[in-house]
Amino acid sequence: MAQKPAALVIGAGIAGIQAALDIADAGYPVYLVEREPSVGGRMAQLDKTFPTLDCSSCILTPKMVSVGQHPNIELMTYSEVVAVEGEAGAFHVTIRRKPRYVEEDLCRGCGACAQACRMRGRVVDTFNQGLSKRSAIYVPFPQAVPLIYTVDPETCLYLTRGVCGKTFLCKDACPADAINFEQKERIVKVDVAAIIVATGFDLMDPRTKPEFGYGVYPNVITGLEFERLSSASGPTGGKVVLNGNEPQDVVFIHCVGSRDPHTGVPYCSRICCMYTAKHAHLVRDKLPNARITVFYIDMRAFGKGYEEFYDRVKEERVIYRRGEPSEVYRRGDRLVVRAEDSLLGRTVEVEADLVVLATAVVPRADTPAVAQLLGLACSPDGFFQEAHPKYRPVETARTGVFLAGCCQSPKDIPDTVAQAKAAAASALVVLHQTRSR
Amino acid sequence: MDIQQHAREIGLGLDLFSCIQCGKCTGGCPVSMTTVLNVRSLVYGALIGDIAGPIHEEALWDCTCCFTCVERCPKDVRPAEVIIALRSLLVEEGKVPSTIGNALMGIFRQGNPLGYAREDRIAWMDGLEVKSAQEGCETLLFTCCSSAYDIRAQAATKALVRVLQAAGVDLGHLGTEETCCGNEVRRVGEMGLFEMLVEEGKPLLEEVGVARMVTTSPHCMNTFRHEYQLGMDVLHYTQALARLLEEGRLNMTGRVEKVVTYHDPCFLGKQNGIFDEPREVLKAIPGVKFVEMDRIRDRSLCCEGGGGRMWFEGTNTEGRLAFQRVQEAADTGAEILAVACPFCMAMLDDAVKVKGLSERLRVMDIAELVAMAL
Amino acid sequence: MKPRIGVYICHCGTNVAATVDVEAVTEFAATLPGVVIARHYTYMCSEPGQALIKEDARTLGLNRVVVASCSPRMHEPTFRAASHEGGVNPYQVEMANIREQCSWVHPDRHEATDKAKALVYAAVMKAAHLEPLEEREAPVTPGALVIGGGVAGLVAALDIADAGFPVHLVERSDRLGGRVAELNRTFPDLEPVAEWLPALVDQVRRHPNITVYLNSRVTDITGFVGNFEARVGPIEAGLAPAQIQVGAIVIATGYNVFDPRLKPEFGYGIYPQVVTTLELEQRLSSGDLTVNGKTPKEVVFIKCVGSRDQQLGRPYCSRVCCMISAKQAQLVRQALPDARVTVFYMDVRTFGKRGEEFYDEARRAGVRYRRGNVSEIYRRGERVVVRVEDTLLARTVEHEADLVVLAVGMEPRPEAADIAALLKLPRSADGFLLEAHPKLRPVDTAVDGVFLAGCCQGPKDIPDTVAQAKAAAASALIPLMRGVVPMEAATAVVDPELCAGCGMCVEICPYSAPALDPLWGVSRVNAVLCKGCGACAVTCPSKAIRLQHFTPDQILAQVEALVGW
Ligand SMILES: Cc1cc2nc3c(=O)[nH]c(=O)nc-3n(C[C@H](O)[C@H](O)[C@H](O)COP(=O)(O)OP(=O)(O)OC[C@H]3O[C@@H](n4cnc5c(N)ncnc54)[C@H](O)[C@@H]3O)c2cc1C
Ligand SMILES: Cc1cc2nc3c(=O)[nH]c(=O)nc-3n(C[C@H](O)[C@H](O)[C@H](O)COP(=O)(O)OP(=O)(O)OC[C@H]3O[C@@H](n4cnc5c(N)ncnc54)[C@H](O)[C@@H]3O)c2cc1C
Ligand code: SF4
Ligand code: SF4
Ligand code: SF4
Ligand code: SF4
Repeated sequence: MAQKPAALVIGAGIAGIQAALDIADAGYPVYLVEREPSVGGRMAQLDKTFPTLDCSSCILTPKMVSVGQHPNIELMTYSEVVAVEGEAGAFHVTIRRKPRYVEEDLCRGCGACAQACRMRGRVVDTFNQGLSKRSAIYVPFPQAVPLIYTVDPETCLYLTRGVCGKTFLCKDACPADAINFEQKERIVKVDVAAIIVATGFDLMDPRTKPEFGYGVYPNVITGLEFERLSSASGPTGGKVVLNGNEPQDVVFIHCVGSRDPHTGVPYCSRICCMYTAKHAHLVRDKLPNARITVFYIDMRAFGKGYEEFYDRVKEERVIYRRGEPSEVYRRGDRLVVRAEDSLLGRTVEVEADLVVLATAVVPRADTPAVAQLLGLACSPDGFFQEAHPKYRPVETARTGVFLAGCCQSPKDIPDTVAQAKAAAASALVVLHQTRSR
Repeated sequence: MDIQQHAREIGLGLDLFSCIQCGKCTGGCPVSMTTVLNVRSLVYGALIGDIAGPIHEEALWDCTCCFTCVERCPKDVRPAEVIIALRSLLVEEGKVPSTIGNALMGIFRQGNPLGYAREDRIAWMDGLEVKSAQEGCETLLFTCCSSAYDIRAQAATKALVRVLQAAGVDLGHLGTEETCCGNEVRRVGEMGLFEMLVEEGKPLLEEVGVARMVTTSPHCMNTFRHEYQLGMDVLHYTQALARLLEEGRLNMTGRVEKVVTYHDPCFLGKQNGIFDEPREVLKAIPGVKFVEMDRIRDRSLCCEGGGGRMWFEGTNTEGRLAFQRVQEAADTGAEILAVACPFCMAMLDDAVKVKGLSERLRVMDIAELVAMAL
Repeated sequence: MKPRIGVYICHCGTNVAATVDVEAVTEFAATLPGVVIARHYTYMCSEPGQALIKEDARTLGLNRVVVASCSPRMHEPTFRAASHEGGVNPYQVEMANIREQCSWVHPDRHEATDKAKALVYAAVMKAAHLEPLEEREAPVTPGALVIGGGVAGLVAALDIADAGFPVHLVERSDRLGGRVAELNRTFPDLEPVAEWLPALVDQVRRHPNITVYLNSRVTDITGFVGNFEARVGPIEAGLAPAQIQVGAIVIATGYNVFDPRLKPEFGYGIYPQVVTTLELEQRLSSGDLTVNGKTPKEVVFIKCVGSRDQQLGRPYCSRVCCMISAKQAQLVRQALPDARVTVFYMDVRTFGKRGEEFYDEARRAGVRYRRGNVSEIYRRGERVVVRVEDTLLARTVEHEADLVVLAVGMEPRPEAADIAALLKLPRSADGFLLEAHPKLRPVDTAVDGVFLAGCCQGPKDIPDTVAQAKAAAASALIPLMRGVVPMEAATAVVDPELCAGCGMCVEICPYSAPALDPLWGVSRVNAVLCKGCGACAVTCPSKAIRLQHFTPDQILAQVEALVGW
């Protein structure tokens, strides 16, 4: 890439993708570094998106394809930033490119290797939130960018035990001779003028709240698991079925772990009221006769068109009951959700075949490490700290480093995109100033 | 009980799902401070299909059908309809307070809730000349059963006829064929009887072939406008008077040197948005010094006469709203509390007496005040 | 050139393939006239999928490409680019939508396959008639116009100016800062506005690249992305209007607060005890919270006044008033330690960063939250009574108060309507300006080169306003930094021989692209303005206008294919 100063974007969820595209469209080079084998982040896992119910991958894929092809973007997937030195205008960045054990320029993405893999159907598919199994050589999802297979070093028999039967089934199957177990990690050094951090979020493990029985009862699932269950490209082909049964009574529980200083999450996760409303709508769409109950504390439908979406979902015969459930337990082959209905002033038991938990949005586990790497501060909630909560929401304490998306605090896609573009604007200012120096 | 089983169907039937349980309905409900009726809870019960907690059968009859709850609901739910639906179930089961039962019987037999003879419906006309509408007229006068039979209300009816005739209105009346409009019948949940009244009443009214009807009561106006689908203009008499004033046809040469305040009837004001015309008429009366109470127009306090409450005392016999209302009127320094509805007249007139305010405050119909100034 | 067509049928994973027999469609396509190759593939949009097109185009010498897959709104640019790389003119690429318009809506496999064949047939027939078109670029005037000098306008102007471009900032009123200038302290840190807003305003005023026009408004805008021309007129007569040229426009005209007289049950305007949150900000600033000369003992906040209300036609949530109430309740507690402060709410929407914590602090500071939507207010002696059902007690209460604060919602500014009209910007159902896509293009508009910042697009607090303003700046910087903008190639052209000069096209065009040539009296379409919508072509009574890429022979070939199916 040319004489113009470049930007580094860490994380290629929708925030990183959007920020990279804006900078690249304005004519500056961008290094986009993503830890996973594909770009897309959480949004790639979603089915439909509130409040317009667009199919998530349908609106995301064109952007993913764009970052893959943009002449100004150098995409480095399956890579991590390991060191950052220097200052705004002249950062020296070290990037570790992990070995895929597949040659990027040879792989055609045909999947013959995954079909052949000895571990086929035995590896937990994290993209599907563990609702299905895959091979040890994989692409996270079919629209992955880049569409290049990766050998999972944690589960590949050869990489873990040094031997995979008599012969590598994958290597034998590959028509392009792309698989190369000799591949080593590579260290790449780049100079950039500005950095955008867009590392996104994690979800709290609902076992932190044992009263909901997650992990004990198979029909207690998380919101993200529901997304995969509901997605046409998910493991059930979009059918809401659990253990072969269609649920009759579906209960959603808001604020699981959020707004709860005891779990260390005193804040509101900002998205779960709305995605639960969306889930309720999707259940109604797929199971017209199901009874759907949502337990809530406050219904936070605050964005453009959100209250209207909430109104619509209620009119679709979704019952909202005010009260945070206290417990979930078994009765016969069903579950019972026990809550005080605070509008009745009475404790109620609601039977359910499917319970969906809106689990808290939490900082990525490696946030402190990334903060240290970049010299950033974290706010008390554990997310990256912005320079000023009001008028400098994307800047950080370190000049030239900016924040985009959920790594700064939970937010939905519209707010993530707006903030990502905001970070891009700040980076463009630095790039311009560096160039004209 | 049956109500329990039907709750869910009511929830579905009335499309209550938009409700967000905000409580705006109950908060504004005039009787919610004095009885256990809680319409928000009833909506919730119907929604979740479990009405056991909120229901208190007798209190269902406390609702005055003022529709404050309906007017104010931010989500366009019609909360009072739940009460009406629950009342219909009670009606079907015959669980109706005896006084209401009697009123319904009176309407069924004699065409009026008081159970008086049909022939006496025009007794109030004594001394007046009112054309039979069947002979053809420009404007049909529809008298509420109270306006026709209740002694105090009759005075107002007479005054109104005098005023209209003085303004040159070509007035006709249905005579003894006139039958209860059924507004309250629907609201106490006797849907069968209400349908019968509409089936018989509608052709009768339409055969007269007039373009305009004037009613003495906002209740009749309300049901004719919204539930009969008549091909004619239905006006409350205060609207008719305001029009006559505007056209310069109503000449008041006398004076009424009084301080006057006005009580908005729920069926006229809140439910049909008619706030200004009664005030215009009062202010046009020479000599009248018009003063307002605090709770007026959209915030008017219900007199508790609607929704069958004319025939049912209510579960709280002490804290009548009319008592508060006449006190508020007296506190403005008004000598006359003007009303525009025979039910308000009955409730407030009674309250003035009970509260010992007769010396200071008189309840009068707007038509009576205008007649005094003719 | 004789058509050499490549046809590509996409499985879209199982999205298409589960319902449509893609192999059968491919076999059928191979038999169509002009088709040199027909293939099917799991994901045509994937890199290997695109590589197929590129390869074939080069090796087989294709000059037309048909892709049967999703809606062209998704991937037309992708396939145009891939074909272009293989040497095919991007305008000789045609798409058949066999997903949204076929597999997703027709459950029956047989019927869906039949329809997919028909769609592919029609696309191939059209493709044969497609002509190559050339994409051109127009230069961009370096500079931006920012309309509105609230926080949104200030921040957007600064970013654009810092990136080296001249900015014209036009503000109606006589000062910068917008609504925030009327505020006392801001959540969630209770920082006094005076400690940060003046510095921001100062930065703008001193910026060498920013020209501020106070007491001014934009009276006329012409042109198109990259080359707008605007007239800025001073509101006072007498001063000369300025004519400015810019490449991009940011609209930051903000919001109004709801007039609570439209909710008569609250007695606003009747009782001096009842004020709005905006008025309370001013009182907090002056330090005078007395009502009728007395210090209030009971203070009540009422939320959602003019919001979440379908009866009023304002169904939306105003997003900030929950936080404003929590802020003001705390400030009142501080100012009047002896007063009891109660907030009546339906849902507490304190969702932002530090929002929930802020709400926790308010309650800990002794602010009482009671759940209920206040129904009415009336007088009792020197006080007012707030009548409300406490829905958690299921009991109606009369809560006496000396001061009642209405958390009024946000609504569009009527002044914004002028701007919307000038630029032909659509508005959403709630009346705010409409973004191009609610999720992925939250600051772009239907008009290229015009962007939205802050509350003119919908209610938001300062952090979100600033983020969005910077986002608008980023969008504006793209054409400015590039220096050129691509122009639509599929434009309308007038045949001067046929044109009768009636001017109907001039009237119908929403983008003011056609104009009558004063010398020849015939219409001419400005290719830079034309968006290719085709309104003129169908209006022209002389059939003198041809919309390129949608010519009658192309469309008719497609129609005939379908009619004959
Ligand atoms: C169940 C559920 C449903 C939802 N539904 C909706 C909806 O309907 N509508 C809506 O608007 N929003 C919805 N959301 C919210 C939406 O998912 C987020 O707004 C959005 O994904 C945030 O994007 P992001 O880029 O900030 O983060 P992410 O999507 O988390 O992306 C971050 C990326 O950074 C990468 N990364 C992380 N750390 C590193 C590192 N150290 N180095 C390199 N790369 C790294 C990650 O691998 C990932 O690809 C939903 C969320 C959930 C959980
Ligand atoms: C009572 C109250 C308290 C608040 N407290 C807080 C708080 O504590 N923290 C917080 O984060 N947010 C708070 N807010 C929200 C905050 O006011 C908004 O987020 C912010 O003002 C939005 O800025 P804006 O620039 O989009 O709009 P505005 O502030 O409305 O600015 C728009 C500007 O554009 C100008 N304009 C309008 N039309 C035209 C035109 N046609 N031509 C030229 N100029 C035009 C206007 O004169 C104005 O100067 C509060 C809001 C209210 C009502
Ligand atoms: S968004 Fe809703 S469900 Fe999620 S934490 Fe906040 S209040 Fe709870
Ligand atoms: S006012 Fe309407 S939305 Fe509110 S509780 Fe009553 S019925 Fe429900
Ligand atoms: S109609 Fe009037 S009395 Fe009846 S529930 Fe509604 S507000 Fe109460
Ligand atoms: S932010 Fe809160 S007060 Fe404002 S409209 Fe939304 S819910 Fe109501």
